[in-house]
Amino acid sequence: MPSTGPTLPASEITPESVYASRRKFIGDAVRFTATAAGVGGGLLWATHTWRTRAGTPPRRAAGAGGAPGALEARPGPFGTDEARTPLEAVSGYNNFYEFGTTKESPARESRSLRTRPWTVRVGGLVARPLELDADDLTRKYPLEERVYRMRCVEAWSMVIPWIGFPLAALLRDAQPTSDARHVAFTTLMDPAQMPGERVPVLDWPYVEGLRLDEAMHPLTLLAIGLYGRVLPNPNGAPIRLVVPWKYGFKGIKSIVKIELTREPPRTTWSEAAPDEYGYYANVNPKVDHPRWSQATERRIGDLDRRPTLPFNGYAEQVAGLYAGMDLRKNF
Amino acid sequence: MAPRRRPWLKPAVFAGALAPLAAILWNATHGNLGANPVAEALNELGLTALVFLVASLACTPVREVLDWPWAVGLRRTLGLFAFFYALLHAATYSLVDQRGNLRAIFADVTKRPFIIAGFSAFLILIPLAATSTANAVRRLGFPRWKRLHRLVYLAGGLAIVHFVLRVKKDVREPVVYGVLLGILLLTRVALWAKRRAARAAAA
Repeated sequence: MPSTGPTLPASEITPESVYASRRKFIGDAVRFTATAAGVGGGLLWATHTWRTRAGTPPRRAAGAGGAPGALEARPGPFGTDEARTPLEAVSGYNNFYEFGTTKESPARESRSLRTRPWTVRVGGLVARPLELDADDLTRKYPLEERVYRMRCVEAWSMVIPWIGFPLAALLRDAQPTSDARHVAFTTLMDPAQMPGERVPVLDWPYVEGLRLDEAMHPLTLLAIGLYGRVLPNPNGAPIRLVVPWKYGFKGIKSIVKIELTREPPRTTWSEAAPDEYGYYANVNPKVDHPRWSQATERRIGDLDRRPTLPFNGYAEQVAGLYAGMDLRKNF
Repeated sequence: MAPRRRPWLKPAVFAGALAPLAAILWNATHGNLGANPVAEALNELGLTALVFLVASLACTPVREVLDWPWAVGLRRTLGLFAFFYALLHAATYSLVDQRGNLRAIFADVTKRPFIIAGFSAFLILIPLAATSTANAVRRLGFPRWKRLHRLVYLAGGLAIVHFVLRVKKDVREPVVYGVLLGILLLTRVALWAKRRAARAAAA
């Protein structure tokens, strides 16, 4: 192209005021964007609305360290045909304060738990104290699959296919003496493996207890697995208690000690808040938690609430254990 | 610097303030609110309301202490967002969590201290939101408007009580907000005392 000369018509030159305002506009746009991003980002952080959530795929790797995953079990009694809660929710949404106090903490933080070697000591008022290692837990007692409802004291519930054996089988082996009236359970105390134990929200280690007749009841299970495989760490690997007619917090996890006693043991939640959590903690729609109603519950996966059943629907099996007792007082 | 010298500020805060809502909606529609999405949405909306409430109460102390005069220009926006998220929180509780079951809601509102505290905090925010316009300030007269809007500290305190009673045992997070609220209130009291002393000295 031939040159048309260096000059532009005067009308093409951007007036200084327009140039300045355009500069200001761009500057303001940048400030707007940066501020909006800063405010938005800060809010997303402070309100926990931005985080990768568990409830996402289960940590298969977080099972009992190195143990073969699959477990053989025959179908056990007392099953329900209600829809089972997906494994992602069972292992991704639960309370296990030893790994932190949010529902997502156990799935996220429980990789540090080493479930082998593991020893459970059974002692106290027994004729035959026992020591069970990790292999005994899977081989010594015939395993059953028990599909139980699990009702959390926080008014949500699940249906979980546990694998385990009746606690009664273990207790019979240990031969409780005639003085034994209660069974005390203790969770592993090791802040290196259970970082939540460094935080004094509860009086560690976690202790739970059952009356001996509750412990011997055929519904009461020592679970070592769920969904056909060994317990995932967030659910209390390698061995935990399942008492389906009681609120979930009675189901103590990662047990290292089982002790037969004469007096009821001091249990963790009833010590922490005696007016809110009793020793019995039987599911009871008529006895509200002081802070919220227990009349209904949300089954995980449902949007609607459903009525809570007395003894979590196991009244036929267990109501007799409490004949003549005032369940409002003995909550 | 007068607030109008920063025309981008309020729109930017407004846009950022919608981020939690956008995140909650996105997560809710993508199955990413976890296993108990109703409880999660409730918790997140409630906490967001509290964050805005505390932020709105920080405006005046920030102006005075850090000498950021523009901060106070954000107060109304932040306060209205506190109300907005509190409204969403209350609506989620009554319509989604309780499915509009009036009997259950009534039982909760009358006998559960934690619901009573939260509900009262929400009730207090209603007249404050309703009188947030310049017109309302004129109609009430500034001294009366100011007295009315001091109720926001009560709402904040009740929201903290609601939060503390809500958690089962781990009160660290509600305590953080309680301490923040306390610091902001003390700052206001200290500023007021300083002004009073200055006025007394001048007289």
